[in-house]
Amino acid sequence: MARSMASDRTSLAHVETDDPDEPAERLPERRPVERMRELLPAIEPDRELNDWGRSERVEGFMDRTLVEFFYRYWFRAEVEGIEHVPAEGGALLVSNHAGALPPDAAVIAKSIRDEHSTPRPLYITVEHFFKGYPGFSMLIPKIGCVAAHPANVHRLLADEQELVLVFPEGRKGTEKLYKDRYRLRRFGRGGFVEAAMRAEAKIVPTCVVGAEEAMPVFAQLDFMKRLTGLLYFPITPTFPWLGPLGMLAYLPAKFKLRFLEPIDTVELGGREATEDKALVQTVAQEVRGRIQENLHEMIGKRKSVWFG
Amino acid sequence: MIDAASDPDTRRVLITGLSTYWGGRLAQALEGFEQIEAIIGVDSHEPTQELERTEFVKVSNQHSLLQRIVRAAEIDTVIDTRLVVNSLAIPPRVVHENNVIGTMNILAACTGADSPVRKFVFKSSAFYYGSESDDPAFFTEAMRRPHPPQTALERDIVEAEAAVEDFADKRPEVTVTMLRCSNVLGPDVETGFTRMFALPAVPMVFGFDPRLHFVHEDDIGHALEHAAFHHVPGTYNVAGDGVLALSEAISLLGKLPLPVLPPWGTGLIAGPLRRLGFRIPDEMINLLRFGRGLDNRAYKATGFRYGYTSREAMVKLGEHLRVQPVMKGVERTYRYEREVEEFLRWSRHVRDQRAESASDEGVEADREPLGI
Repeated sequence: MARSMASDRTSLAHVETDDPDEPAERLPERRPVERMRELLPAIEPDRELNDWGRSERVEGFMDRTLVEFFYRYWFRAEVEGIEHVPAEGGALLVSNHAGALPPDAAVIAKSIRDEHSTPRPLYITVEHFFKGYPGFSMLIPKIGCVAAHPANVHRLLADEQELVLVFPEGRKGTEKLYKDRYRLRRFGRGGFVEAAMRAEAKIVPTCVVGAEEAMPVFAQLDFMKRLTGLLYFPITPTFPWLGPLGMLAYLPAKFKLRFLEPIDTVELGGREATEDKALVQTVAQEVRGRIQENLHEMIGKRKSVWFG
Repeated sequence: MIDAASDPDTRRVLITGLSTYWGGRLAQALEGFEQIEAIIGVDSHEPTQELERTEFVKVSNQHSLLQRIVRAAEIDTVIDTRLVVNSLAIPPRVVHENNVIGTMNILAACTGADSPVRKFVFKSSAFYYGSESDDPAFFTEAMRRPHPPQTALERDIVEAEAAVEDFADKRPEVTVTMLRCSNVLGPDVETGFTRMFALPAVPMVFGFDPRLHFVHEDDIGHALEHAAFHHVPGTYNVAGDGVLALSEAISLLGKLPLPVLPPWGTGLIAGPLRRLGFRIPDEMINLLRFGRGLDNRAYKATGFRYGYTSREAMVKLGEHLRVQPVMKGVERTYRYEREVEEFLRWSRHVRDQRAESASDEGVEADREPLGI
């Protein structure tokens, strides 16, 4: 029965040699990050999805149609400093965030795919809420979103050496109203700096201008939020008037992206310095300051919201 | 590349839960190793798989009796394969009795100042972690369960693991290995998932496509063997490489997805569904929405290698499901007959078949413990 089934494939480790000098009582050590990397599951070419649930097919389709249209013709995105996005190794992109259904994440991902010398996939961290809401839960991972859990960010940065995008403002950013545009909210508790330091990944501060005007939020309806179970219920020029489609009806604001010079977390002390809360807060403040400063400069140079 | 030292001192093994699929299978596997002098299996039911030299003692979870067996047979290694991970398999009260009280009794049987036990292997389950919307995408062994257990089965597993951990703390001289096994697939096991995948169209929760981790039954068997023959203290996840989305798994089986289960109140309709024949256990409901991924690298770092990825295990299951209707009635069923087993083991008229076949086929019996 079981034995015959086992015979066509066997798996136990093959021991090459038993080193006679080695004491038998030696404990197996949990190996450091660098060596655990080798043990990551190999990529199976026959699969359509990767282990995060990301689907090249769905993503490619969206990229060629919806995202392409918005990026090229609707927002006419302009990118500065794309060379600051590292061509290899894990890196954490930190950006300002706005819009009821934020277009900024998709635009940043598209800019790296289209403008960078070595196009790389970008993982976008989103609220846990999306994994728990029907529909979103199915679609969101397929296009490269992962829940913003510290363990997820760490695995992507340290083990898989991928690019990860975070919005430290989080929900406070997407909830903010049009009158508060381009005013950065608090950058959480600096968790993103901790994550980057623990993974020894570079931090790339990123500024996006245009997202705030593409979908201005005039008000937030609290009772509707509770009724629908959504994260928030915004009033925009098109939502909820056009129904769920109104979520995608962006105004044609001109998008400008600027990637700033990366911050090397190894120079800051790397993994060992993660416990230094003061340092973490200082770096978080510094990143926030640089993004805010550049946003002001970019807005100052902008002559028109629609034509740039 | 092997990190865990091999353990040549595993000689006299007690398998608890011999009559479960895992217990019987492990006993069969261990019989092939020259290093193993004695295999004693205990259970309250009779064995379901044919065994050559394993001795079966029918005993329920009474620690005083177990302790006498452990002492008398000078057991050095106890492998506990009893854990029930499907709450619909047996009545709920029995599940609790088995998973919690049973574990405590077996641990009690291994304690005592002059206990000969120096290794304890516990087969646990990834249900320990539960499944919620704010879980990490890959659980590592160091992570505690983020939410209190929702279902009776999960509560039991958490309690059983706590008892084993307590035992490990109090008896540092015993090597305690705990294996958290993921959803198992294979032709010989029946779980909530294999039953679901056997349906003509596979139901899904509307609007959800959970990421699920699978492991082939052979790999769990080998993982238990690996723990028996190596020095691997600690807790380890056992799950094949690769996390599949449920829709992906269904397409690998060549079946149709049926997204009909309601996204809210899935638990409420589980009862009526059970009556209709789709027996979905409580602990699987959240899994069908949020899924669960495991980080399987720690056990690999001890030198263990999986024979199947999640995808390959799923493809194998698909093949089995297609062959099954043709195979009906062909399977051998084994029935334990005490008198026959005792005669075969102890009568002096029985010639030693193993020794004979060894001389016939050369090295067959000298199976090395490490390179299967």
